[in-house]
Amino acid sequence: MKLRLIRRDSASRLAMFAAPVLALVLTCLASLVLFAALGKDAGAALHALLLKPFLSWYSFSEVLLKMAPLLLIAQGLAIGFRANVFNIGAEGQFIVGALCASALPVYFPDGDFPMMLPAMIAFGALGGMVYALIAAALRTRFGASEILVTLMMALIAVQILNYLLLGPWKDPRGFNFPQTVMFPDNAMLPILFDGTRTNISLIFALLASVFAYLMMQHHFRGYQLRTAGLAPRAALYAGFSAPKMVWLGLGLGGLAAGIAGASEVAGPLGQLQRSVTSGYGYAAIIVAYVGGLNPLGIIASSFLISVIYIGGDSATVSAGLPVAAVEVFQGLLLFFYLMTFTLIRYRIEFDRKVPA
Amino acid sequence: MSQPALLRLSKVSKRYGTVQANKEIDLEVHSGSIHAVLGENGAGKSTLMKLIYGVEQPDAGHIYWNGQEVHLARPSDAQVLGIGMVFQHFSLFETLSVVQNVSLMIPGKPAELAQQIADLGDQFGLSVDPHAMVHRLSVGERQRVEIIRCLLLNPKLLILDEPTSVLPPQSVRRLFETLRKLQADGMAILFISHKLDEIRELCDTASVLRGGEVTGRVDPREHDARSLAQLMIGREMPNVAHVAPRPPGEERLRLNALSHPRASRFGTTLEGIDLKLRSGEIVGIAGISGNGQQELAALISGETRAQEPGMIEIMGKKVGHLGPMARRKLGFAFVPEERLGRGAVPEMSLADNSLLTAHGRSMLSRGFIRRSVERAFTRECIETFDVRTPGPDAEAGAMSGGNLQKFILGREIMLNPDVMLVSQPTWGVDIGAATAIRRRLLDMRDQGCAILVISEEMDELFEICSKLHVLHKGHLSPALDAAETTPQEIGRYMIGAAT
Ligand SMILES: Nc1ncnc2c1ncn2[C@@H]1O[C@H](COP(=O)(O)OP(=O)(O)OP(=O)(O)O)[C@@H](O)[C@H]1O
Ligand SMILES: [Mg+2]
Repeated sequence: MKLRLIRRDSASRLAMFAAPVLALVLTCLASLVLFAALGKDAGAALHALLLKPFLSWYSFSEVLLKMAPLLLIAQGLAIGFRANVFNIGAEGQFIVGALCASALPVYFPDGDFPMMLPAMIAFGALGGMVYALIAAALRTRFGASEILVTLMMALIAVQILNYLLLGPWKDPRGFNFPQTVMFPDNAMLPILFDGTRTNISLIFALLASVFAYLMMQHHFRGYQLRTAGLAPRAALYAGFSAPKMVWLGLGLGGLAAGIAGASEVAGPLGQLQRSVTSGYGYAAIIVAYVGGLNPLGIIASSFLISVIYIGGDSATVSAGLPVAAVEVFQGLLLFFYLMTFTLIRYRIEFDRKVPA
Repeated sequence: MSQPALLRLSKVSKRYGTVQANKEIDLEVHSGSIHAVLGENGAGKSTLMKLIYGVEQPDAGHIYWNGQEVHLARPSDAQVLGIGMVFQHFSLFETLSVVQNVSLMIPGKPAELAQQIADLGDQFGLSVDPHAMVHRLSVGERQRVEIIRCLLLNPKLLILDEPTSVLPPQSVRRLFETLRKLQADGMAILFISHKLDEIRELCDTASVLRGGEVTGRVDPREHDARSLAQLMIGREMPNVAHVAPRPPGEERLRLNALSHPRASRFGTTLEGIDLKLRSGEIVGIAGISGNGQQELAALISGETRAQEPGMIEIMGKKVGHLGPMARRKLGFAFVPEERLGRGAVPEMSLADNSLLTAHGRSMLSRGFIRRSVERAFTRECIETFDVRTPGPDAEAGAMSGGNLQKFILGREIMLNPDVMLVSQPTWGVDIGAATAIRRRLLDMRDQGCAILVISEEMDELFEICSKLHVLHKGHLSPALDAAETTPQEIGRYMIGAAT
């Protein structure tokens, strides 16, 4: 018996709704087996992963805190992905955004000017964008694959970060820890809910979602990007400039990642430190795809992935799961999602011999 | 006939959403018969073939094979019974050789398969080199590979969906010889075509479909093309009275010694092409596909940029360096020969496909899409050009081939262009619609549009053009006056015997 994939004549609506649910169920089943094989209490692990985050206001606010950068970056990336522009190195743009924003409080630690915070965000946005546009230039000029270039530039960004933290930007009174001075109050994002760490970067992310929605679903630019992704030859026929799509896709992705990076140092971290490379840029790729590259879907998926993040933290503590197991859980989710997503446009067929 | 029919359908129905594509169809196919299925675009011909080949399943009705009822859940079921099908869009891998392509579907050692391919080729006039790479083959040869691949499974019934609409005339003759040999061998053949003369020449039975129902069963040899057409469309064929063209006006498109190197090994290099097109005239480019037609069309449309701006002039401006959008702004419109993926985005609705080239028609306000304008435009296009579809929200990929062609042509005509380039205007379009399209082109000409038509169909070119060129191996013949030249002369240019 052979399995075959047959293209459906039109996208299946049922599968469109069922795919995410099925992916979640399959992920849970697979990780149950996995956790059990690790000798952990699988039920407790799933409870911690999926339910704990909702059981207290504080852990829920932590979910919202994680959600902000994921949502912001994923919205930016999805714009490029829909035009077949694959920016895999948002992590690098995120770091560069954090670096550029940090420059201000590092060089003016007592700077008491009111524009400090807006300038930091603007620096971060610009830095992330320019960093991504290097890949756009290489792709449009020399045809270099943006997948490789952005990924490698993410590795370079980490090294720049290390250099600055170990050298010129190290806090002289920081006991030799690789980190900058603590930022002054006017370099910090306002907190959204008292008693939590959730800050207004969540608002940035939601505004970005509205922007992405309007652009991708209702604006001609978004239409051009979608056309370039669905049928490149139709885009050529219509005369939509392919290089422009690359510049736009990478530029917006870098911009969003840069703002997220700036918000990270001006938010929960309060200084530039190594742990700024926490993998938001890579996780956002998962978020974008799990959300079906749709601006509304991404809001839901960024929430879901944040729940798993926070749940993962509590699972490592309360159920004793290793960090790697939490990462496997996230990987499984993407894997099953992409698998079930295929069913929207394809159906499975079993090739059996039938009697004539 | 006393023995049961090889294939019998009884009250077979199939519905797609709101479209009843097939309704209570009865059909009998006998061994040794070439059975035509004809009908307008969207009549349900391809759908019916997909039901017989197991690609789709009927909602109701019965299918009998040699008198026994069968259920075909997938094409392999049909193949086991002895049904083979060649789709209109070929499914060969260009980077593989003929044998490799065949061995993907048929078990066996490559050497043995190659021998079998050669044998079948000799037997049925399907000669093709088993070791040739597919990308080097002409359309006709690729089709032979597809047919051979079916024949290797020893089918008793062969389905051919519009096999001739992409073939140059010489290849059509060869195909017919092959089909007659297969028929003499006792095979049954289901043959779909919009060319009624072909059907009259080749087929012994014809089932006529209209709106998803069988409206007639005739012996096509006893009817003339006109009465067959009447059966198909359900009314008299309109008589086309052609108005003689007025003297042409000012020049609108000009090619000046246009040369362009081929982009890949499989392309054609264009050399020193000169052409003038004026307001109020239709100029035709004849020739067999693959002689530079695609390259020339892409250069004129702007999808490929010319090497020098002055090589192409539109409305008196040098445009060789401009892209398609800039050329459209000057009043240029273009209908490409590939509909899906180039002229239209399959996954998008018709309304969104209007936006592809008609966005300049107040469909945008500050860059935002005005859905109401977009839909109104699409609806007008559907009505004016008789596109059979549930409405502006239907996906382009779900339309029948001919109806999508009508939509794209209609969209470009509605742009009111000053200059228009049309590639293969009536490929796969039924004769009623083809007549309507030609008349529409003549109307546009009379309103002063300058039209360049690239077509393989000589009759069509002679019917609407006042001047003809022939493209052969990247060279364009001088302009020939359509009233003075003959098909024979054009034919000599087509094979390179005259220059
Ligand atoms: N997958 C599909 N989804 C929705 N509607 C479809 C689908 N396939 C076909 N149809 C509709 O069914 C009808 C019959 O289509 P079909 O392709 O069988 O026509 P046809 O006779 O082969 O036409 P043509 O000569 O243009 O190829 C059309 O109205 C078409 O829009
Ligand atoms: Mg068809």
